[in-house]
Order: sequence, then structure tokens, then C-alpha cells
Amino acid sequence: MTTKASFTIRHHRCLDPAGNIEGCLPAFAEDGTALTPLYRSMVRLRRFDAKAVALQRTGRLGTYAVTLGQEAIPIGVASAMRADDVLLPSYRDGGALLWRGVTMEELLLYWGGDERGSNFSASREDFPFSVPIASHCLHAVGVAYAMKQRREQRAAVCMIGDGATSNGAFYEAINAAGAWRAPAVFVISNNQWAISMPRSAQTAAETLAQKAIAAGMPGEQVDGNDVIAVREVMAAALERARRGDGPSVIEALTYRLGDHTTADDASRYRDPEVLKAAWAEEPIARLRAYLVDQGHWNEADEKRLIGEIDEEIEAAVACYLATPPQPVSTMFDYLHAELPKSLEEQRQAAIDAASGGRHD
Amino acid sequence: MTETTLIGAVTMAMAHAMDKDERVVVLGEDVGANGGVFRATQGLIERFGAERVVDTPLAELAIGGVAVGMAAAGLKPVAEIQFMGFIYPALDQMVSHASRLRHRTRGRLTCPMVLRAPFGGGIHAPEHHSESTEAMFAHMPGLRVVIPSSPERAYRLLLAAIRDPDPVVFLEPKRIYRAIKQEVDDDGIAMPLDQCFILREGSDITLITWGAMVKETLAAAATLAKEGVSAEVIDVATLKPLDMETILASVEKTGRSVIVHEAALSAGFGAEIAAGIAEKGLLSLLAPVARVAGYDTIMPLLRLEAQYMPSEARILDAARRTLAFA
Repeated sequence: MTTKASFTIRHHRCLDPAGNIEGCLPAFAEDGTALTPLYRSMVRLRRFDAKAVALQRTGRLGTYAVTLGQEAIPIGVASAMRADDVLLPSYRDGGALLWRGVTMEELLLYWGGDERGSNFSASREDFPFSVPIASHCLHAVGVAYAMKQRREQRAAVCMIGDGATSNGAFYEAINAAGAWRAPAVFVISNNQWAISMPRSAQTAAETLAQKAIAAGMPGEQVDGNDVIAVREVMAAALERARRGDGPSVIEALTYRLGDHTTADDASRYRDPEVLKAAWAEEPIARLRAYLVDQGHWNEADEKRLIGEIDEEIEAAVACYLATPPQPVSTMFDYLHAELPKSLEEQRQAAIDAASGGRHD
Repeated sequence: MTETTLIGAVTMAMAHAMDKDERVVVLGEDVGANGGVFRATQGLIERFGAERVVDTPLAELAIGGVAVGMAAAGLKPVAEIQFMGFIYPALDQMVSHASRLRHRTRGRLTCPMVLRAPFGGGIHAPEHHSESTEAMFAHMPGLRVVIPSSPERAYRLLLAAIRDPDPVVFLEPKRIYRAIKQEVDDDGIAMPLDQCFILREGSDITLITWGAMVKETLAAAATLAKEGVSAEVIDVATLKPLDMETILASVEKTGRSVIVHEAALSAGFGAEIAAGIAEKGLLSLLAPVARVAGYDTIMPLLRLEAQYMPSEARILDAARRTLAFA
């Protein structure tokens, strides 16, 4: 017997849960002031999240998927991307879109049930949220293929959850990406839960990152509550993709401190003691501890930041709530580039029905 | 002018589109050096290279999903599924993403892709290789469903499908891939994707069909002519969006109609056409609308497939009953 293949999965972390440096910091993090935008964005995301939940609870927003506890992943990932890279987010990755310039108002419109929310005013090549699990992994391969074929120095970034790694689309995507050396990065936000299914029951694989090995690409774990580490491994994966060395998988380990969505009640299946313990590792307090320790952040900064963010949120919410629905005709007007003749009658009927019916 | 078969016309259309528009790429299983299992992509890799004629891993969900990503990123993918029986994983991508991308982003991202697949029975193929499930696609808003039935229409409708700014499912009747040869000029002129075609004019009865059944239906019309019955034959060609106007105009003239399709009867696309006639053409009807279709059972293996598929005799039987209705 001979060994034909073997592998190891590395786990990377820069800051421990208390905010102490482990190993050494990447170059971008050596200047502490460069870290404050990451901190600000995580706080911004958390406060936006809380507001969205409050709006849902008061009947002013549809079902919303919270990011609570996972903020370091979307922010770390997006901050490592270039503007002309393409992001393919799942529904829990609104934070990455916010970093890339999509507005709070647009996210609220989307979750509030208005398609205009996905007509991003910035980062216009980014995909809208993928609601079906893992199916957008394949879109990322197609986008990356197009980039490579046009000799562009760009990459496609696909974000999924731990449950998505059980889905056939994920396997088909990493397999094709590997075969074509497509410039794609697959980021798994492993928050330990797929609604009520714990990570331990999702797969017998020891890590999710190792699934990359079977597709012929590197896979590694990172502490998903350490925004510095997430950004560092993401930057390396993007660099690798851009220089033509192919795709990779990053498994970012975190914990979903909230419910799956506002339609879920995690107390039905989650041990409160485990949840309590997980709070000790959350990403925002960790980075704040480090920044405060290094003298880059203080209480006055925090107070000012929260004031600014809340002002931004209130303005976005006001705009969102003041936005009337689109006319009913838009149900038809965006279906095809040009309305097929066969739909003219239905379109008119919908307009008539919405305006109280035709009286002829 | 080149004399070509239906499949030759498919190849010709793809080659023309690839030559004129560098965004057009072809992808699928064995589409490269092998030229596709039916040879639809023969010669393309030699002419346009492996970056534009892409052999995919053996994964139909991937073919559909990768095409969606390519299309959204500015390419114009023409994806091949080897047989319609293997299209269902890709159906997920067509329904969940391709059909909706323009709508859900308010036109910011679009999906100009074509999903091609040979469909239908009659070539003594193995299990899963002979079904006709076009109605599943026709049911989905946002998709165009196109089925050519001659070399000329295969060339011109496929060109239109590739140029269309939105997703098109292009189903090719493989039983007649090589049954007919026709002169087709490689002039790049497309036919519209929202029109039925009147293949034979008549005044006594309207026979409505698509795909390979055009052959038996035209044969039935010829037989009826010998009996003094003037049958009009319509090739629906584009199931979605459906050109009911042409069908209704014909039924108004004849008052009698028979819809013929290979797919199973219940909830087949013939039901949609029959409903359209009932809704808008009831008063011109002289007889109930008849349907001749595959039976509501599993497509049999090759020994019984001929008994499953509508034959000229079954079409004639339905036509005569319709004509005899007082």
C-alpha cells in the first residue's frame, strides 16, 4: 500500500477572543488606524441588523436574516475585495454588500418586499442575494470563467453557509471551478447551524474546508470572529485567483448568535448555555478590546460612531418607509427586455384589477 | 445556399453566431473534440478554440448554473444538455435563477443564455432518452421555449434565441435531426420568437403541432387532402410566448381543430392551446377541440415506443371524428 494523497487543513487566527495578538499581524493591520474602518463597519452592520429586526417585529419589514455574531466575515471578506471583483452573496451577507456601497435603503427595500432593493446603486455587477441554498456557487464559476476568458485580473467571491456545503450545487461548483482553474473564492460562513441542524449532524467531514481538497483546490479554516484573520486569508485567496492559480475555499468559523431569520425561534433547538459561551467569542468586542488596548479607540469614539450610524440608519429607514410600491405594471415590465405581445392582456388586466377593476 | 439537415442547421447557427459575436460561447458535455453526442457542435472547437467551446464536467446542474453566471457576466452562453431526460438538474437553475434575474434586479443583471437539448422519442434510445417535457419549461414565467421542426427554422430560430437578451430553452426534435434536408442560406437572418408558422394552408380543419410530430401531422394532412378535406397545419414553434392570434385566426376559418403532441396528454402544452381556443374562439368552433398526445404513462422502452407516440393513424382518427361532429 502506498499513500496517493494526504492533506492538512490549517486554521488561522490573529486575535484571540480577548483581543490579544496571536502570532503576528498581517501588514495591513500593523497600523491600528487601518483597522478602525473594519470596526466601524461591523458596528454599523450590527446596529442596522437590530433595526431591521425591530422593523420586522413591528410589521414594517418582511422576514429578515440576521448577521448577529458573524459580522467579521462579510466585513473581512468585502474589505479584501477590489471594487471590480464580483460578490455573489447569500441572504445573510448583506454586510458585505453594505461595505461595497449598496445602501441601507436598498437592503431595506429588498427585505421589505421591493425588487428595486436588488437594483444596487453601487457595485452593480454584484449578484442579488441568493435565497436557494448553494445554487449561486455555480454562478460564481460562470462569472469567474468569463473573467478568465477575457483575461481580466478579477475574481468572483461566493458566500455560503455551512449547510450549503451539503448541497450538490456546491460540489458541482467547486469541481468545475477546480477543473477550469476559475478565479473564484468560496467563503463558507460556518455559524454552526443550518436553521435547526447543527454542524455536527450536517456532515461526517471533520472540516468543511477539506471538501476543497477533493475538488483539487486549497481549503483552509479561519477564525470567522477575527476580522483581521478573515481579511488576511481572503486577500491571499483573491491574489491567488487573480494571478491565475485558481480557486479556493475558506471556512470561516463563527457562531450564529441570533435566530436563523425573524421567522425562526432558536430556543426550540439550541442550548442556552452554548449560546452564552459563544457570546464570549463574538467579533466586535474582540476587535474593540484590541483597538482600545492599542490606544486607537476610546469611549468618545464609540459614542460618536454610534451617533453617526444611528443617524444614517434613521435616514435610510425614513427613505425606505416613504418609498411607495412600484406600479403593478412592473410585474410584467421587467420579465423580458421587451414585453411579449401575449402578455399585454394580462398586464392590462393587472393594472385594471389594481385600480379597482374595469367597469365596462 | 447549403443543403443541410436540422442538426446541421443547428451547427450552422451556432457557428454563425460565434463568428459574428465573440461573447457567444458553447458549453456542455462532450461538445469539444467529440463535437457533441449528436454532432451538433462538430467543428466548433477547431474554429473557435477551447475557451469558447467548453467541455464541462459531467454535471447538468453545473451546466445550467455556470451558464447563468456567464450570461450575467457578459457572455452569451449556449449550453447543451445531451438528452432532455438529463435536463432536470438544470431546470432548477432555469426556474430559480435564469428566468428571474432580470426581473428581480429590475434589469440590472440579465441572463441572455440558451439551453439546448434534443428531445422526444422514436430513435430507439435507452431509458430516459426519449421524453418530451417541454410543458414544464413553458409553465415558467420568464423563459422562452422554442422548438424548431425544419432545418430552416432550426437555423433562424436558434439565431434568434442566441441573440435574444433573455433566457431561451431551445428543444430540438432529435427524431428528425437528419430526416429532412433543406437548402438553408447561412445569411444570419433570424425568425421571430413569438410566431407560429402555417406549414400548409387549409379551410376544413386546423392541425396544430410542433417538433417531430410535424412530420406525421403533415402526412395526415396529405392523406386528408386525398379524401377531399383541406387541412391547415400550424407549427407552433415557439410555445412561450405563444402566438394565439395565428391559431385563433385559423380556427375561426376552419371551426375544427386537433392538437398533436408527443408529450403526455394531461397538463401537456396542448391543454394550454385548447384553453386558449375555448377562451377566445369558442363561437367559431363547429366541433370540440381534440388532442392527440402521448399517453399519461411512462414513456416505454424502445420495443413499445412506437405504440406510445401519436401516429398518422391516430391523428387521422381524431381529425375524422372532429370532421364528423355535427
